[in-house]
Amino acid sequence: MNIVVCIKQVPDSTEVRIDPETNTLIREGVASIINPFDMYAIEEAIRLKERFGGKTTVITMGPPQADDALREALSMGIDEAVHLSDRAFAGSDTWATSLILSRAVKKIAQFDLLVCGKQASDGDTAQVGPGIAAHLNLPQATYVRRIDTVHLDTSPKIMVVERLVEEGYEILELQLPALITVVKEINEPRLPSLRGKMKARKEQIPVWTHKDLNLEEDKIGLNGSPTQVVKIFTPPAKQGGKILQGEPKDIVEELYKEIKDFL
Amino acid sequence: MLNYGFTEEQLMIKDLARKVSEEKIKPKSKEWDEKEEFPAEAIKALAQSDLFALCIPEAYGGMGGGLIELCIATEEVSRIDGGVAASYAASFLGMFPILLFGTEEQKKKYLPQIASGKSLTAFAITEPEAGSDASAVATTAKKDGPSYVINGLKHFITNGGDADIYTIIAATAKNKGPRGLSGFIVEKGDKGFDFGKKEEKLGIRASSTRELIFQDCKIPQDRLLGAREGLGFIATMKTFDQSRPGVASQAVGIAQGALELAVAYAHQRVQFGQKISSFQGIQWMLADMSTKVEAARSLVYSVARAVDRGDKDIAAASAQAKLFASDVAMEVTTQAVQIFGGYGYMKDYPVEKHMRDAKITQIYEGTNQIQKGIIALHLVREYGK
Repeated sequence: MNIVVCIKQVPDSTEVRIDPETNTLIREGVASIINPFDMYAIEEAIRLKERFGGKTTVITMGPPQADDALREALSMGIDEAVHLSDRAFAGSDTWATSLILSRAVKKIAQFDLLVCGKQASDGDTAQVGPGIAAHLNLPQATYVRRIDTVHLDTSPKIMVVERLVEEGYEILELQLPALITVVKEINEPRLPSLRGKMKARKEQIPVWTHKDLNLEEDKIGLNGSPTQVVKIFTPPAKQGGKILQGEPKDIVEELYKEIKDFL
Repeated sequence: MLNYGFTEEQLMIKDLARKVSEEKIKPKSKEWDEKEEFPAEAIKALAQSDLFALCIPEAYGGMGGGLIELCIATEEVSRIDGGVAASYAASFLGMFPILLFGTEEQKKKYLPQIASGKSLTAFAITEPEAGSDASAVATTAKKDGPSYVINGLKHFITNGGDADIYTIIAATAKNKGPRGLSGFIVEKGDKGFDFGKKEEKLGIRASSTRELIFQDCKIPQDRLLGAREGLGFIATMKTFDQSRPGVASQAVGIAQGALELAVAYAHQRVQFGQKISSFQGIQWMLADMSTKVEAARSLVYSVARAVDRGDKDIAAASAQAKLFASDVAMEVTTQAVQIFGGYGYMKDYPVEKHMRDAKITQIYEGTNQIQKGIIALHLVREYGK
């Protein structure tokens, strides 16, 4: 089973502080990490490979320092890495980013499954995973919490997954190749091993630009992005609730009064 | 912290050991301490990260490297939890006799499973009447055809009951004193080999400490360490030469952890309208603590390097590292509790645990008084002529 994992390097949000004056994130001096949700995607890919064999590949689009994120994935047990890095990619929105990633996946050609984290901890859009599936015209299941069964000897190959929905979960059968995005309930990511770290340090990671992917410059980066960020703000904190206590009769009266006053 | 000229690989080990400690050990440290529970998850995480493969040659499934790598990892684990570190380091204590004195067959059989972390090990010499006086071992091993029959009791054995492989010391010739002691490899599940009570301890409570009971425990003769009788005492002494810098690195880690907690606390605790870190009385305490920790660390890594270079006569230096670092750990952790004041005495904060964990480093693998004996003996031999 050949699996491709798409990951993103993000600022470590546990270290990010907010500037009280401007209400923006203070990014200076903050370490970069693999998006926490992508760690579950990496772990699930490694587990599937351990069960069914095959090859795992990790892809990221990002500046040169995103190389660290790829090497961390390799040190956990991913087999190969590809780095998509090009000034022309800068400023890409979720549409352009998913287009770029989908072209890279196409170039890798041989795959049964694409795995992404459910969303990135910085942008929180949860759009890139589904976007890749759309560009490649693949079946997709988002918010997967469990992979039930995998049939690789059927034609087409089939996978049954459970995906989280608001009030419970759905069971979906997917024809492979397909894309899934995963939630944190799916597994517990492993730490790297020393052997993995030693191997990852020596690995040659290819860097692909828009030319390698046959992408025109007006389809990518700021120019290729149909959406723009207009404003970033911190949502107002939710006010604490009120607990009414006492006899039901009194509570009802008080509740009635509260509602009346509010209206 | 000074740059100790660690190689890129050694820094990698340090980072990895810190990551495992912060992510897999720290969240459960308090619970293991309170319940005196064996930290199986921590041991598994250390194994998955290949940290049990340190010090073991690649030919036997290890990562190669030497004592310095083990000290680096032990210091990092101890910085978070001295109890988990005790269990981790004690496994190497059981491994060293096999590595140093085992036959090729014994190394091939046992070292790979130890390196992979599949089997935890323990070392057993201590008995109720044989503590500092290691030569007073009363456990016997009698030759019986192609087997040995072991009878006796070992106590205070770290990893006892949780380890799979035990390197034990027993008398094969009682009339020969220390030269009549031999090493044996006993496996969990061997007939006649059982475990006694689990000890309740002041500190390092995540590590398990139990009695080992041998009642006509019959093992094949190929379990005799190094296939030679009489190696027991020398194997023990050489093992301790290797392991004492490990205990010293445990002490440094426990002290470092307490120091960091004390600095962080002093920098947020406000009294008399200002942070207590702004008071010179506190500043001088912290400065002294960090200076002592750094001095201990310097000694530990110098000795570890000497061992790895294969220097002869390392017994005294090894004893000095253990003596000094463990005394520093006791002093620094006590001062750290002092800086926390009343809060430091409460179990709500992790600092008192460091103080409880530090105490054992002055006692085990030879009390500090025994270390002084070793150092004095060396002095007399060297300069007493």
